[in-house]
Amino acid sequence: MSSFLDYAIPGIPYGCGFALLAVGLVLTFRATGVFNLAFGAQAFLSAFVFDLLNQYAHWDQPASFALAVLVVAPGLGLALDRFLFRHIPTASSTAKVVSSLGLLVAIPEMIPIIFGGRTRHRIGYLWLSPNLVYFHLGSTPVNGADIATTVITLGVVAALLAMFRWSAAGVTMRAVVESRRLSQLEGVNASRVAAGAWALSSTLAGLSGVLLLSQSNSIDPTNPLAFTTLLVAGITAAALASMESISVALLGGIGLGVLENVLVKYLPPGSVLATGFLPSLPFAVLVIVLLANPRLRHIEQSSDPMASVDPPPPPPAVSTRDPRLAAPMKWGFRILMVAFVASVLTWVPGNWVFVLAQGIVFSVIFLSVTMITGMSGQLSLCQATFAGIGAFTAGRLAEHLGLSVLAGALVGGLLAALVGIVLAVVVSRVSGLLLTLVTLAFAIFADNVLFQFSWSGGGITGVDVPRPAIGPLSFASDRYFLVLALVILAFCMLLVVLVQRGTVGRYLAAMRGSPGAAASLGINLTSTKVVVFAMSAGLAGIGGALYGSAEGPIASTDFSYVLSLVWVVVVITTGATTVEGAVQAGMAFAVLAQVLSYLPSRLDGLEFVMFAFGALTYAKHPEGIVEYQKARWLARVSRLLAAWDARHPGSGQPSLAGSGETASAAPAGSVELSNG
Amino acid sequence: MSPALLEADGLCASYGSYRALFGVSLEVPEGSAVALLGSNGAGKSTFARVLTGLVPASSGSVRLDGHDVTGMPAWRIARMGVAHVPEGRGIFSSLSVEENLSLSFRRRMGRGGIGEALDKAYAGFPILAERRRQQAGTLSGGQQRMLSLAKVLAVPPRLLVADELSLGLAPVVVDAVYDGLAEIRRAGTALLVVEQHIDRALALAEHAVLLAKGEVAWQGPPSGAAEAMERILGSGRAERT
Amino acid sequence: MGDHAPLLDARSISIHFGGLRALAEVSVQVYEGESLGIVGPNGAGKTTLFNCLCGQLRPDNGSVSFAGRPIDGLPSYRRARLGIARTFQRIEVFPEMTVFEHLMVAERARRGDGRLWKDLLNLGRPRRDELENVEEMLSLVGLSDVAMTPVAALSLGHCRLVELGRALMLQPRLLMADEPSSGLDTRETQVLGDLLRYVQRERSVAMILVEHDLDMVARVVDRAMVLDFGEMVAEGTLREVMANPEVRRAYLGRGA
Ligand SMILES: Nc1ncnc2c1ncn2[C@@H]1O[C@H](COP(=O)(O)OP(=O)(O)OP(=O)(O)O)[C@@H](O)[C@H]1O
Ligand SMILES: Nc1ncnc2c1ncn2[C@@H]1O[C@H](COP(=O)(O)OP(=O)(O)O)[C@@H](O)[C@H]1O
Ligand SMILES: [Mg+2]
Ligand SMILES: [Mg+2]
Repeated sequence: MSSFLDYAIPGIPYGCGFALLAVGLVLTFRATGVFNLAFGAQAFLSAFVFDLLNQYAHWDQPASFALAVLVVAPGLGLALDRFLFRHIPTASSTAKVVSSLGLLVAIPEMIPIIFGGRTRHRIGYLWLSPNLVYFHLGSTPVNGADIATTVITLGVVAALLAMFRWSAAGVTMRAVVESRRLSQLEGVNASRVAAGAWALSSTLAGLSGVLLLSQSNSIDPTNPLAFTTLLVAGITAAALASMESISVALLGGIGLGVLENVLVKYLPPGSVLATGFLPSLPFAVLVIVLLANPRLRHIEQSSDPMASVDPPPPPPAVSTRDPRLAAPMKWGFRILMVAFVASVLTWVPGNWVFVLAQGIVFSVIFLSVTMITGMSGQLSLCQATFAGIGAFTAGRLAEHLGLSVLAGALVGGLLAALVGIVLAVVVSRVSGLLLTLVTLAFAIFADNVLFQFSWSGGGITGVDVPRPAIGPLSFASDRYFLVLALVILAFCMLLVVLVQRGTVGRYLAAMRGSPGAAASLGINLTSTKVVVFAMSAGLAGIGGALYGSAEGPIASTDFSYVLSLVWVVVVITTGATTVEGAVQAGMAFAVLAQVLSYLPSRLDGLEFVMFAFGALTYAKHPEGIVEYQKARWLARVSRLLAAWDARHPGSGQPSLAGSGETASAAPAGSVELSNG
Repeated sequence: MSPALLEADGLCASYGSYRALFGVSLEVPEGSAVALLGSNGAGKSTFARVLTGLVPASSGSVRLDGHDVTGMPAWRIARMGVAHVPEGRGIFSSLSVEENLSLSFRRRMGRGGIGEALDKAYAGFPILAERRRQQAGTLSGGQQRMLSLAKVLAVPPRLLVADELSLGLAPVVVDAVYDGLAEIRRAGTALLVVEQHIDRALALAEHAVLLAKGEVAWQGPPSGAAEAMERILGSGRAERT
Repeated sequence: MGDHAPLLDARSISIHFGGLRALAEVSVQVYEGESLGIVGPNGAGKTTLFNCLCGQLRPDNGSVSFAGRPIDGLPSYRRARLGIARTFQRIEVFPEMTVFEHLMVAERARRGDGRLWKDLLNLGRPRRDELENVEEMLSLVGLSDVAMTPVAALSLGHCRLVELGRALMLQPRLLMADEPSSGLDTRETQVLGDLLRYVQRERSVAMILVEHDLDMVARVVDRAMVLDFGEMVAEGTLREVMANPEVRRAYLGRGA
């Protein structure tokens, strides 16, 4: 018994870390409606600032704390609200998650750019030194960090509970989350309430960061694994609390911490249980909690009652195009394509050919995001995993069976599709945020467990996916490989477009709008979801195999879960609703990386930062930057054409302008659109 | 003649590229009731939204008590004593019945007045008292409507803008609601009512305004409304067929 | 029993939410081509009954059969394919789609051929006959003018009509309409009543109508039943049930 306690007691301060994150996630979700995956990143920022002031600038603890937690953190929260979350319509849970993903990616990458890389020699602490043992509990030494973490965590939770119990703040925040406009009709200054909620949540993040700084290296950017553990455990505890109860989140977090400590010490080291079972346990627990907690089903059900006040989303750019532009654009595109292929085969320098080939391969992978996020409206965070499955399958098949890479890619795609189907069946009962979190858990699981085995992505040398060859035709050179990839991309684009325009695309659009109504029309939601997951995973698998083939030896780190997040953010930024969006995202991703490689190494992460900031525009232009610019450009050309028509009456099409005057329900012409 | 509490002058509004209102002018004198009529899609809801600041006016002005409130955020207008019961679902479905009511009452009555106002609301709609802990989103459609009306009938605002006032209510409840309206009018509330049961609205109102295609097609005393609607909307229909 | 079996036969449906009994032993029969009105005070359980019939909610006990076949275990999409269509009290439209696309997706769903391979062979484009069906429905419900408008830009009443058209597009054998007239004015309600009557007579669609506008109910239904507190309190012609003093007190008030 006493040895059990010896293991359990250190679990409490350890679990307080999980608990703080879980409480932060729950609080933020309740108060702002955003499941803020970037909470840890925000915590990290404050911890970093604290450390910087305390250790490098030699400020004392209170002053460092005041600036890092009481100024920087709420300031960040206010800025997030002001520039980002304020613009997101209540209904759009995708936009909220994507924005927080963008931050999750951007903040850690931004810090070394701003402050420069630093190695940490000594670690600061907030209150009570971690190096002093204050007393023993049983035989367990309790140091200052343990005491500080536990006491402050409990204090914070008590303060939050008191605030929600004794003031109307909780109810007001929830009202604002559900509908800003309706709460405004009640006389609530919704913007101020939301800003306050963000400041509060961000302060809590800052406090957690500074607190955990001394406890372990959980938020050390050089140790991403520790952060991942924290994230998974935090989400699990928040899910246990149904994203609702702060006190359950606290208990859940501490419980998980204790459980982990006890398990680690009781399981025989080196046994199958410890090496295979233990690492996958957190993910299994997370997935089970997400799927089995019935109260989670209702977390997203209330849509904004005042949504009918919003104007409809803009129509697709092509549909507003002046018909006379169709032919020139078609021919222009063809000429451009021919010129592109000719250039690649002749004069483009070799390193750029490689970059362009990479871009094309990325485009194939990104089409899978178009499928799942653009068409079905579900946000999947495991596309890199599917790509990895495709790549490793192709590589291992080539290695062991000598299978040609193209066939291997196909098999890899099929295998990924199979996994996608299993995943779709598992998540068939949930959607929205829960689905996103399950896919995230799966991606982290694959990253940490599945791809570590020596038969998949593990091993020292990595997996070599050779370049494809068809009979005597070899595509080993970058130039020929590019042309082959281009053909494959065109084929995949065609498939996606056909699905989008066909019945399945219509069903998906209906499901996106209202699952209940779609079912009432006889649409089988589960099978439609399975189809789209399978196709998306298959595309990612094929793209992944090509990626492996392009890159040479690949390893599990090439398909880390963080990449899934980055990819989704990239595609959504440029435009997830059209296939062009995916291609532009792929090309931009590859080309930008190359361009930025000419910059000093301090700016390494700039690419991620740029895309992450791009994702922030998603709130305003959910159709994507490319699509938005295209619509603007087409509107401008149409206006010029209309002006030309006006000067040359009798020629061309009748102008659209003025239709708004006659029938109020009809959209006014593009002329008004660009004026308004 | 009493001075106008609300004056809308030449209001135009649009949703992005969709134009909905084309210069609507209207007055609601202090303590009076105006019925806003018009067919589906005429712009009644849009007009109500512009008045209370939910949709920005692209031109024209709204004056409340002689102060220009055009372009003011909705919460400021609400705090000046204008209540808007929107069409459809006008409640927070994630909050309980009582939380919905007290959120509304706290603003207007202060902390101490909540209890009294709650009692009054529950007396008007006893079913709400039975369901005070129920999540409002799981109420039936009509009960949700009662909840959003209870907020304004228990604590009368200065001006009540009610869109599709008795939408989804059973006849017996409609009676109760009109009794409540009569009562708050005696307490000095001015009313601007959009109503499906035209006869009831006209019986209540002193003045009727008919919108058609985002413009005022006719206005005058309620007694003339039936004839005007026949003339204007009837011919509109003939035109289409 | 009449000379033929009912199209929809629901027996002793009960359901409760927490401690609240929302439906207690309610039985409904609807015959082929017949129209039944369900009226009752707010919160009586009308919408809940709809949800039980179309499969969105599972009743605690009771059985439902349709066209002679038990459908208790079927999910709502299977019931829809058997010919049960419905509209929603709180409108459920697909905000990004135009009116035309709403009807189109319903047309596709009726044919039930959402096969992926067909799409991949480019057989997923709208066909001529589908377009004709959609056009016809647009003019039937009077939405031709706004066919290409996204529904997010429509007023509440228009959205109701979109829902109705979408449901009718399934060529259902049973249509369940939940307060279709709310958001429409008196004149438009009349037009809607005529439309429902026409659909029921000419296309022999059986119908269950939930409505608080009694004039409309009177115009459309053959038979009515009254629900109160989850129980059926009266059944018969509308005139009969409205003469019931219990109904007058609980539902009509002095408006009677
Ligand atoms: N999910 C739920 N949880 C709890 N109670 C519910 C739920 N759904 C419905 N109820 C309750 O069940 C009762 C019946 O509701 P229902 O929506 O069927 O009423 P209705 O007859 O359609 O009323 P109305 O005419 O107002 O639309 C109501 O008292 C409602 O509060
Ligand atoms: N959110 C919106 N976006 C675009 N157009 C809208 C929106 N809401 C209403 N409209 C349009 O504005 C006009 C007036 O609508 P509305 O005010 O809702 O009418 P009413 O309330 O009189 O039925 C209609 O033509 C409708 O199509
Ligand atoms: Mg309206
Ligand atoms: Mg109902």
